[in-house]
Amino acid sequence: MMLRVLTLLAALMGFAAVPAIAQNGPLRIEIDEGVIEPMPFAVPDFVAENAAAAEMARNISRVVAADLVNTGLFREIPKEAFIASVTNFDSPVQYADWKAINAQALVTGAVSVGSDGRLNVKFRLLDVFADAPLGDGLQFGGTTSSWRRVAHKVADQVYSRITGEGGYFDSRVVYVAETGPKNDRKKRLAIMDYDGANTQYLTDSTSIVLAPRFSPNGDRVLYTSYETGFPRIYLLDVATVGRRAVDDQSGTMTFSPRFGPDGSTVLYSASQGGNTDLFSMNLGGGQRARLTSSPSIETAPSYSPDGSRIVFESDRSGTQQLYIMSAGGGEPQRISFGSGRYSTPVWSPRGDYIAFTKQNKGRFHIGVMRTDGSEERLLTASFLDEGPTWSPNGRVIMFSRETAGAGGTSALYSVDISGRNLRKISVDGAASDPAWSPLLP
Amino acid sequence: MKTLTKSILLVAALGLSACTNPDRFADSGSAGGVGAGAGTGFDSGAAGGVNDPRSVAYFQQTVGDRVLFAVDQSTLGDTARGTLEGQAQWLLTNTDYSVIIEGHADEQGTREYNLALGARRANAVEEYLVSRGVSPARVRVVSYGKERPIEICSDETCYAKNRRAVTVVTAGLSS
Repeated sequence: MMLRVLTLLAALMGFAAVPAIAQNGPLRIEIDEGVIEPMPFAVPDFVAENAAAAEMARNISRVVAADLVNTGLFREIPKEAFIASVTNFDSPVQYADWKAINAQALVTGAVSVGSDGRLNVKFRLLDVFADAPLGDGLQFGGTTSSWRRVAHKVADQVYSRITGEGGYFDSRVVYVAETGPKNDRKKRLAIMDYDGANTQYLTDSTSIVLAPRFSPNGDRVLYTSYETGFPRIYLLDVATVGRRAVDDQSGTMTFSPRFGPDGSTVLYSASQGGNTDLFSMNLGGGQRARLTSSPSIETAPSYSPDGSRIVFESDRSGTQQLYIMSAGGGEPQRISFGSGRYSTPVWSPRGDYIAFTKQNKGRFHIGVMRTDGSEERLLTASFLDEGPTWSPNGRVIMFSRETAGAGGTSALYSVDISGRNLRKISVDGAASDPAWSPLLP
Repeated sequence: MKTLTKSILLVAALGLSACTNPDRFADSGSAGGVGAGAGTGFDSGAAGGVNDPRSVAYFQQTVGDRVLFAVDQSTLGDTARGTLEGQAQWLLTNTDYSVIIEGHADEQGTREYNLALGARRANAVEEYLVSRGVSPARVRVVSYGKERPIEICSDETCYAKNRRAVTVVTAGLSS
């Protein structure tokens, strides 16, 4: 009996358990329903089509497999269990050999490196129990130094075809790299692939830097720096690492910036006379526009994907709570009503959920809720979790977790919006304030 | 010879404080001001001495350079008001100095909110000093949120000391 469609009980998500086993359905994982059991797959080493490609072929297949395993939706069948090998990308696959080890999905590929140093990667996704490919074979080209990106693109295709969701592996994360003890912590901006590879530092550690945020196409970063001695917002070009202050009015502290979906508007907080309100500004050069004017703290704003609304936190009720207002300001609607304090709301790129930090009874949580405040679900709990950021497909959340005590340090974690698959991201050193890029072009 | 030795010590001390908090001195105006004021404006034999009521050390240790706050609050209690009264008197006497008031929060809060909370705390101190006659032109505020704790344990004994506003004296009027 073969399980053709993996389904899930999704107790955490509150859905009824549906034992949907389709005998002849397509190779498919329904993420919304969660997963009963990860889908077994096999990625034999990609075929090296010339000698120069040998090591790269093996490395690329390993990255593809790691991407899939890290989702928690797939389980890799180890090479030792293989009956068959793939030595020619264009030879017919013997499906029976892969059925025998219960590999539901099979990813085959071939890699060549041209004399000009160009990398070419072909791959196929095969639905083993259907005796057929799932989608067309594809090929990606790139420089040899971009081999990890090419591997992530292959994995994104596999993930996408099986789940029906957009991929998220070919993406980057900008974050704050930390060193030193709590009372003398050095911070600098860093950028890495979503899986922790290819770290580059964007600033030195002479000034405190906080909470970087990507532009909608990932080419620029907004962040807060103390380089003048006061917190100010800066705009940094990722390619050139050139930067400039965004709103440097004397006597004002600015922080908590975030891009608008058009990439030309910045939404942020400014503190003046002890009061913190929300403002927006056109990055092309413009006046700040005031969006709130209340004696309470308004901060951590985030646009809806269509740019029409803003979710933010305010303590106007006496404690931090989440509110939504129109992009031009106006009367906000409170959406958080549970016990505890709610903060750092971030609108999902799909528009369906708002991720947040919640403090309750001395613990910190990362959670999600619908944009009307319903269906609140806490995904994590620890001494200090904060600052969620969405994967490009709105299925995974990355955040900072700091441990308690004199030796406490911060690290990056990710969790599915189902609450499953909590993982520590492999980062070189301590890290905080992650921001996930969109899928790279 | 004696004066030279003291000067070297003073320079060394300034270097040390610049290392522990580089951002405070990143502003070129105040960085120059500190060295000039501490080194020349006063009798060099007493400058920096905690017994000299005109010294920065006296301000820090005898007057008290910081006030503490309750959890998530920025209101000044009686103890804080007493300290600030002393700060105001000192600043009214020592008119060559200006101040930067640093607002801080403990780690039990999110980063952005703590920046805003630190701004409230710094502002509460600023308003008090100004209400006692200190010129607003001599006062600047900065919030560090939870970025610069002085105590690093994760319980209330440390948190209580981290929820603070520190009045940092710099020589020369702020630009």
